[in-house]
Amino acid sequence: MGSKVLRAFITLAFVVIFNFFLFRMLPGDPIGLYARGRNQDPEQLVELRRALNKPLLEQFLTYLRNPFDSTIDSTRFSRPVWEMIGERVWPTLLLLGTAILLASLIGIWIGIRAGWKPGGRFDRMSTSTTLILYSMPEFWLGMMLLIVFSVGAFGIPGMFPVGGIASPGVDTSSPVGWLNVLRHLVLPCTTLVLIYLADYALVMRASLIDERRQEYLTLARAKGLRDTSVRKRHAVPNALLPTVTLIFLSLGFVVTGAITVETVFSWPGLGLLTYEALRGPDIPLLQAIFLMFSIAVIVANLIAELLYVVFDPRVRS
Amino acid sequence: MTGVVILAVFIATAILAPILIPDAALDVTKADGGRFEGPSLGYPLGTDESGRSVLLLLAWGTRISLTVGIAATIISMVLGTAFGIAAGHFRGAGSHALVGVTDWFLVIPFLPLAIVLATVLGPSTTNLIIVIGITSWAGTARLIRAQTLSIEGRPYLERSKALGAGNWYQMSRHVLPNVFPLVLANTTLTVAIVILSETTLSFLGLGDPQAPSWGALLDRAFSSGAVSRGAWWYVLPPGICVVLVVLAFTLVGRAMERIVDPRRAS
Repeated sequence: MGSKVLRAFITLAFVVIFNFFLFRMLPGDPIGLYARGRNQDPEQLVELRRALNKPLLEQFLTYLRNPFDSTIDSTRFSRPVWEMIGERVWPTLLLLGTAILLASLIGIWIGIRAGWKPGGRFDRMSTSTTLILYSMPEFWLGMMLLIVFSVGAFGIPGMFPVGGIASPGVDTSSPVGWLNVLRHLVLPCTTLVLIYLADYALVMRASLIDERRQEYLTLARAKGLRDTSVRKRHAVPNALLPTVTLIFLSLGFVVTGAITVETVFSWPGLGLLTYEALRGPDIPLLQAIFLMFSIAVIVANLIAELLYVVFDPRVRS
Repeated sequence: MTGVVILAVFIATAILAPILIPDAALDVTKADGGRFEGPSLGYPLGTDESGRSVLLLLAWGTRISLTVGIAATIISMVLGTAFGIAAGHFRGAGSHALVGVTDWFLVIPFLPLAIVLATVLGPSTTNLIIVIGITSWAGTARLIRAQTLSIEGRPYLERSKALGAGNWYQMSRHVLPNVFPLVLANTTLTVAIVILSETTLSFLGLGDPQAPSWGALLDRAFSSGAVSRGAWWYVLPPGICVVLVVLAFTLVGRAMERIVDPRRAS
């Protein structure tokens, strides 16, 4: 267990080092970019330039002392980058949390039904559907849902808002505001659920098919247990373990969906912030976002690995 | 089989695109259609924001998307195979370092890493290929390493070592030919993932703005307001093409995997 934590720390250390040196390779004058279009004290600029002209090693040590330096300003928004990230966390957590929860419930259900009778009618239909969803760029699905259900096309009236998290002027802390947020959540959440569940259903199906070959299931059947109870009591709990771990491990893939889908639906979370940062490009903001996403994924992976050890005694030995 | 037919159609389109499509069709200044016109006889898939035929843009996009997809896959497979064989062949600190690098690339979230690399390198088709190649080899490396480890224990390698074969000779003459079928099957699956990555990165504006790949088409449709105008003919076709090509590569790749490694695929 200790070695897993240590490995996560080493990975993290490399992210921090990579994040520093990569952006030092950028051509051009970062101070000029930073000062463009703003009233900056010339003395302060000289100060900044001197800081960047220091030897690379010295800069690196200063950076290492605090990689989360809250005084670094975004070049585009002129605000501390970590403050901006802090504000954008909640909408992303709301969207991704809802989407992952729904996608894992539906995906696992589909995976169980398909994997218990592989080659059956349900399996053939669900596997081809999930393969198509798996091949789909998530932002494209989002754009199509927007055109059909929000703008209105093919005779379907527009029912949902075109973007954002709430209508302007609505107080999001009131019950009416919650309903309004919920209505804004429907389309981006549906997009992500459809994309994520494809992955989860395929994994659950494969894992259940693996489990079906185990001898303890033959024993359970030989004992005269009904098919339903063999499935529910014996096969599914064991097949669920790798699936749940994979849901945690797939957070890197979840992040991709968040960035593009939030962009399409102008959902004011971390994904949209990433898009705004890269269109600049707003280097300090981009650097902070990269660090934040990497840490989130590394920590999620570590949790998944530790949970696996807790739940599966077989890997402990 | 269906996969092969779909791929043949798209590859033919990609090769024939420069012959079939007059240059004027892609030039904004020479466009003769109206803005955001729906499908008609003259423009089977309607027109874009500057009056060009979406169908012709789409055909040209096939060329760019497939080129980027195949070029990036080659980089990814070369890196993945080299890292995988080396990590499986050598022992000790070197092998640990190689496994460590592979794991690092597997853990770091793909899109943030690709965005950061693409921003530093600047937007161009070549850079896009490099970025996708660098970010997508780790899965292959892990697969090849596992296969190399199982080959390393076989008697013929023992014999070759006893006869004094060097590392390079062992890896290139004995290990590589044995992992090659697996590399080939994995290539097809990697192309699928790489084409999806290309679409995503181009949609975010990290490709060459002048080269209308499918992802770049979707980016332009999105930024020009095709969604709020309900111009489905501009948005639907590029996505369908991506789905078809990715699906076809996945199907062909899975079929190849079943042939190459029947145990793993069953």
